[in-house]
Amino acid sequence: MDTTSRKLLTVVTEAALEARLCEALDDLGATGYTIVNARGRGSRGVRQADWSTSGNIRLEVICDEERAAEIATYLRDRYFDNFLMIIYISDVQVLREDKF
Amino acid sequence: MDPVILFFLLGALAGLFKSDLRMPPAVYDLLSMVLLLTIGLKGGVELAEHSVGGLIPQIGLVLLLGFTVPLVIFPLVRFVGRMPRADAASIAAHYGSVSVATYAVGVAFLESQRQSFDPQLPLFVVLLEVPAIMVGILLARGFQGGTRWGPLAHEIFMGKSIVLLLGGLLIGWVAGAEGVQPLEPLFFDLFKGVLALFLLEMGLIAASQARTLRNHGLFLVLLGVMIPVPLATAGAWLGWMMGLNVGGVTLLAVLAGSCSYIAAPAAMRIAVPAANPALSLTASLGVTFPFNIFLGIPLYYQIAQWLHGQ
Repeated sequence: MDTTSRKLLTVVTEAALEARLCEALDDLGATGYTIVNARGRGSRGVRQADWSTSGNIRLEVICDEERAAEIATYLRDRYFDNFLMIIYISDVQVLREDKF
Repeated sequence: MDPVILFFLLGALAGLFKSDLRMPPAVYDLLSMVLLLTIGLKGGVELAEHSVGGLIPQIGLVLLLGFTVPLVIFPLVRFVGRMPRADAASIAAHYGSVSVATYAVGVAFLESQRQSFDPQLPLFVVLLEVPAIMVGILLARGFQGGTRWGPLAHEIFMGKSIVLLLGGLLIGWVAGAEGVQPLEPLFFDLFKGVLALFLLEMGLIAASQARTLRNHGLFLVLLGVMIPVPLATAGAWLGWMMGLNVGGVTLLAVLAGSCSYIAAPAAMRIAVPAANPALSLTASLGVTFPFNIFLGIPLYYQIAQWLHGQ
């Protein structure tokens, strides 16, 4: 099967940021993204998925390496200081490379 | 004691003792939608029977209340409580804005006392929601640039509570009592049942604030208990000056003494990210909300009766 290498950028952050993040991703040229509600525990305590103002989301973007770095840098500079935000980048093999 | 607030207690205890009780988010959303629409519809139906022109001075006074409260709270928290500027501004915005849940418990309380209230009160809920948030943002950031007001205003004004309250008011106003009659079983007859379920979840949420309360306990408890009563008294006095009846004075006091936990946290998180959201949310949900529904509302009712010389 023909697959191509891409980067999967995953962001776990506060649901309050969702609208801002979507806007930023569009501006930075992401062709798409997926968001799910998330819950878990970290340095800021237990986070629930079931309540809008204190909930978390997990956002995933698949793109090329350069764009992933650009998005990660943008988010780091803007949000790391005051918001709960975890970012990690992993390698993925995608089908239909033209979509990413 | 009104049984609906016992549901809050049940939720809070279930949360504190780590029961697996959870309300699906969609159910909580639906309950809050029904409550907001009910409050709006009810006000709209009754407003349709009154002339609206005479309300304009009252609207001005209520907006003034909304702008003034955070200006009073901010220096108190900043200089007496010695909190950082961002936190003080955020707390001021929370206390200046209002809690629809507290208002709904106030309505249920008045119903159980067979006390009517002026029809314009739901409109006041809408009016009081926004100004304090704007003042809070200005207090935190000053008048320097950098605040993107456009998207912020969109979020504040198009938030679901304002859309549903105003929408309900307009529908009730247009449809009138007869038009709304077929909707009564869902919106009016079920009001207390819906409120009871809603308060169950509020109890669970309040219990989830217990952790922050352990860390910042004394300050938050003092803040959450001491702020509402003077504010509510000011609200009651304003309502009495405006010529509201006993129920109306009680509810304006409830609004003035209540603390936002949906609109303000969402807006402040984005506009004033340096403020610790746990502080204001815990003061609001973990302390002020329970204080208001158990002790505050009956007290504000007493104040309203006293102002009216009863």
